[in-house]
Amino acid sequence: MKCVVTGSNVKVLGKAVHSLSRIGDELYLEPLDDGQYQPTTPGQDLLRCKILMKSFLSIFRSLAMLEKTVEKCYISLNDRSSCLVVQLHYKYGVKKTHNLSFQDCESLQAVFSPASCPHVLRAPARILGEAVLPFPLALAEVTLGIGRGRRVILRSYQEKEEADSTTKAMVTEMSIGEEDFQQLQAPEGVAITFCLKEFRGLLSFAESANLPLTIHFDAPGRPAIFTIEDSLLDGHFVLATLLELDIHSQDQSSSEPHQQARSTAHQDNFASDDIDSYMIAMETTVGSEGSRALPSVSLTPGPQHHSNPGPDSEEDEDEAEPSPVPGTPPPKKFRSLFFGSILAPPHSPQGPNPVLAEDSDGEG
Amino acid sequence: MPFLTQRVQAETDQYCFVASLDNVRNFSTILKAIHFRDHATCFTTKNGIKVTVENAKCVQANAFIQAEVFQEFLVQEETVVFRVNLTVLLDCLSIFGSNPMPGTLTALRMCYQGYGHPLMLFLEEGGVVTVCKINTQEPEETLDFGFGNANVTSKIILLSEGLREAFSELDMTSEVLQITISPDKPYFRLSTFGNAGSSHLDYPKDCDLMETFQCNQTQVNRYKLSLLKPSTKALVLSCKVSIRTDDRGFLSLQYLIKNEDGHTCFVDYYCSPDEDVPAAESPV
Repeated sequence: MKCVVTGSNVKVLGKAVHSLSRIGDELYLEPLDDGQYQPTTPGQDLLRCKILMKSFLSIFRSLAMLEKTVEKCYISLNDRSSCLVVQLHYKYGVKKTHNLSFQDCESLQAVFSPASCPHVLRAPARILGEAVLPFPLALAEVTLGIGRGRRVILRSYQEKEEADSTTKAMVTEMSIGEEDFQQLQAPEGVAITFCLKEFRGLLSFAESANLPLTIHFDAPGRPAIFTIEDSLLDGHFVLATLLELDIHSQDQSSSEPHQQARSTAHQDNFASDDIDSYMIAMETTVGSEGSRALPSVSLTPGPQHHSNPGPDSEEDEDEAEPSPVPGTPPPKKFRSLFFGSILAPPHSPQGPNPVLAEDSDGEG
Repeated sequence: MPFLTQRVQAETDQYCFVASLDNVRNFSTILKAIHFRDHATCFTTKNGIKVTVENAKCVQANAFIQAEVFQEFLVQEETVVFRVNLTVLLDCLSIFGSNPMPGTLTALRMCYQGYGHPLMLFLEEGGVVTVCKINTQEPEETLDFGFGNANVTSKIILLSEGLREAFSELDMTSEVLQITISPDKPYFRLSTFGNAGSSHLDYPKDCDLMETFQCNQTQVNRYKLSLLKPSTKALVLSCKVSIRTDDRGFLSLQYLIKNEDGHTCFVDYYCSPDEDVPAAESPV
């Protein structure tokens, strides 16, 4: 195999490697006859090699330098010495040759087909990239689903055990309007959960290439396929999704008793806001389940979601608003809202600041 | 600093070495380029000052600052030699901070009374004066690499900009840096052998970066990368570098550095080849 990458495409290759390095520690390189990926037929002998991501990444480490000084990049597979040879041609005729040794070559074939996925979303990568920005860097998984009003919701995902602990008490949610999507072929209520780190990695590559990202997905548990394509490149990122049981009804009943105790004079109901200001009302649950308090952030084009008149309204607890997105991972119900009014009305039971996490002894 | 000036004037005769500089950075920057060990030996003659640092008896770096760089330079004896802690010296020279406000200069006056006395530094910036006394030590023998022009087998002069990025990106998992200089391809090659595999950086003899290329016989030598990596500091400051090897495989790197006032200073690195000399790698 011999291939040549020229000019600014070397930087694109470098960015692809950087992006892939956030997904795995090993890279499989496979030359394709006509540039199209095809699953192999049994018995076909293909030349493939597996190399350490770290080694390959070190060649493309400085993207700025790649752009400034590299004119061409030659990649070839040297069977005899089991080496992947990457040669960078710089300005002034200077050449750098890297001989990376293969790890053991094993046959690898990912079986996936975007065509078999019933649900499709497409949006400029930038929109999705901006949507994941507020999520904590340490967050492992995120849930993507279609919510009320055909809005695409991204919400941080927590294991049930984690959700019960008071230390991991923050959930972030972003909601994107249908109008930002070039294609939205999925019914309300569907949702999948996948790893955020890898999602961020593929998003950064798609953003840098300035391409739209298409997400093909199916039921939870089936792989989700994220694709980017243009005339020069074709990217398919396949991520596993969480297989979830719906325990929605359980949660609701256990929080019921506490709901009454927590209601106060504040009657404002955020759920009655404009349909554009979609917020999931949360209730803190206390007792055996511990307590959680979650803020809710809404990405809306309009300013309606916290512009209710009067200081009271921003600080109150919501009446039960049990309209979680059906089909999503078990909704956690929370009472306190993140946006607290600095001007505390005198009859606020919680003092000047909204309580974001209940004490486990049930105060407040 | 009237009081100090008076004291200094009265003592000038006592000093065997006095040097003054309007801009301390013209001295400290060059010293940073050879700062890979704590101690340095300073040799002063009427021509200037040479500061030497050595490591492992295999590598030696010298910084030459000519007398012309200084506003005042007096050496009473033939040569004045002393050994001093270079880390401490650099800390004192940058006592007013290493990032000065644009337009402000820190002035330096260095005085040395001779054997047994400390090195005195007077630094002044914006009317504030600092006096430092640094203890000196017995000068130690410095290596003589015996690098004469007679036994030089190859000489290359390159523009530093061509090597800077290459040196900063050298695979540090490699124990050695192999330098190949040949009248045939690949002409000038820097190679490393790291955990992932080998890397070779080739410079053609006719490339624009290459000012001079003289080579009679192919030579392949290996040097411990950890000993040569500090030379990157000198490379970054320099505009040109001369690379020479002799028939024993010893390496001489000479860096031409222009300081802020436009004066030329030199830094050189000498390195002996690595003990376990392997067979040369065949070009890829």
